Amino acid sequence: MGRLFAIVVTVIALASAVPIITHHWFWSDISFAPPEDISTHGHAIDDQLSDTMVEAGLSFLAAQILLGLFVWKSAERKSTDAIKTFPGGARIMVIAALVLVGTEILALGVLGQKAWANVYFKPAAPDALQIQTQAGQFAFYFRYPGADGKFGTPHPDKIDEGNSNFFGLDPANDVESRDDIVTGELAIPVDREVHLMMHSKDVGHSFYVRELRIQQDFVPGLDLSVHFTATKVGKYEIVCTQLCGLGHYNMKAYLNVLSQADFDAWMKQKASEQ
Amino acid sequence: MRTKQLFIVASALMVSPALLFGAGTISGKVTYTGTPAKQKAIDMSKEPSCAKQHTTPVTTETVVTGPNNVLENVVVYISAGAPDESTAPTQAVTFTQKGCQYLPHVLAMRTGQELKVVNDDQTSHNIHPLAKVNREWNKSQPPGTPPLNEKFDKEEFISVKCNVHPWMHGFFAVLKTSHYSVSGENGGFSLPNLPPGKYTVTAWQEDYGTQTQDVTITGNETKTVDFSFKAKPY
Repeated sequence: MGRLFAIVVTVIALASAVPIITHHWFWSDISFAPPEDISTHGHAIDDQLSDTMVEAGLSFLAAQILLGLFVWKSAERKSTDAIKTFPGGARIMVIAALVLVGTEILALGVLGQKAWANVYFKPAAPDALQIQTQAGQFAFYFRYPGADGKFGTPHPDKIDEGNSNFFGLDPANDVESRDDIVTGELAIPVDREVHLMMHSKDVGHSFYVRELRIQQDFVPGLDLSVHFTATKVGKYEIVCTQLCGLGHYNMKAYLNVLSQADFDAWMKQKASEQ
Repeated sequence: MRTKQLFIVASALMVSPALLFGAGTISGKVTYTGTPAKQKAIDMSKEPSCAKQHTTPVTTETVVTGPNNVLENVVVYISAGAPDESTAPTQAVTFTQKGCQYLPHVLAMRTGQELKVVNDDQTSHNIHPLAKVNREWNKSQPPGTPPLNEKFDKEEFISVKCNVHPWMHGFFAVLKTSHYSVSGENGGFSLPNLPPGKYTVTAWQEDYGTQTQDVTITGNETKTVDFSFKAKPY
C-alpha cells in the first residue's frame, strides 16, 4: 500500500511538472503560448516568466520525487522498528531549506532585474512621444501636446465631461492648451518610443495591454509613467485591471499602432476635430 | 337640467379660461451674436456598439446652432405671471438613450410629470441626473430592460450624465408651468393659450445662462419676442 502511494505521488508530480517545465520548448505554438509580443522589452519578461516556470517546475518535481523515494523506502517498515531521524536533527534541514529557497529567490530577482529595470529604472528617451494618459470612471482619455509640443495646464475644477473637457483645460486663458489633442483611443507610431504620463481622475485604475507586456496601476494623487516601443502595426485592447466601480467591466480603450504616415494622418484628423 | 348646464359652464371654465378671455400667443426666435465655441468630436471607440450607429462624426451639443445664427435647445418659458396649474399633464415625456447619446439633448417637463427613460442601446447605461434641489438619483439600465419611470417635484434645470459613458450629457428642464417651448432647428419657439396678463418670459441656454423679458398680453393677439445670446468663443 505504501509503495503504491509512492508511485501515485511520483506519477502526479511528473504529470503536472513536465508540461510546466517543457512549455517553453514544445508548447509555445499551442494554447499555453503567451499572446503575441509587440514590444521591444516584452521578450525579456517572457523569458523571465519561462525561467521562473522551469525553475519552479524542477523544484516541485525534485521535492515530490524525494517524498516518493522516502515513502517507498519506509513502506515496509514494521511498527516495532526504531524510528530513524535525520543526522544532526531538524536544525540543519531548516537552515539548508532557507539557504536553498533564498538562493532561488535571489537568483530569480537578479536575473529578472534586467526585464524589470529596463522599463522602470531607465528614463524614457528625451525624444520619446509624450502622451498624457488619464483614467477615470469608466474610460481612458489620452492627450497629445499638439503643434506647439506643449501641454496646457490641467485644472481639476474645470473638468467638464459633458462638454468633453476631460482634462480640465482652460483654452480661454491658456494658449498652450488650445491645440492639445484629446482622444479616447491611444494611437502611436510603430517603432518609436512612447512615454505615457499617467494620472487618475478619481479612484485606482490600471493600464494593461497584454501584447505590450505592460500593466501599470493608476494611483490617485500620483503621477506615474511607463515607456515602451511597439514593433507591430495593429489594434490592441487596453483594459482596466483594477476593480474601480460599477462600470469597471466596460472600462477599456484601444491601442492603435500605426505606421508613421498613418499616424500623421490620424493626428491631423483628430486635430481638426478638437 | 340646470345641474347639467352648470356642469358644462364649470367644465369650460376649468378646461380653458382662454376661451372666455381670448388667447394670446408669445412667439419668437432665439439667436446668437459672435462666434460660438467649436463643438468637439466625441470619441466613442470604447463602445463599438454605439460607434457603429453613427455614420457622421458625433459632436458635443453644448451649443447647437442653425442657419442665420439661430440657437437650438433653448428652453423658453413663462417664469412669472402664468396662472397656477395644480395638476401635471398625464402624458409622460420620454428621454431616450440611443447610440450613446441622449435624445433629446434638452428635455423640458412639468413638475410631477412622468418621465420615461428608455435604453435603445445594446450596452448598459447608468442615468444620473445631478439634481441639487430635487432628489438626486442614479440608476443602472442594462440593454433590453423596461423603461424607468421617474418624476421631479421641484423646478430645476438638471444636468444629466451617464456613469458608464463619460461623454454622454443632457439636461432636464423641470418647470412649474406648462407654458414652455424648446427652440428647434429654426430657433423658433411658441407659447400659445395665454390669457391676458403681464408675463415674464425666460430663455435658458445651458452654457450662456438665462435672459428675461416682460410681455403684456391684452387679448387675442400674438406678440413677438426675440432673444439674442452673446456667444462664448471657448
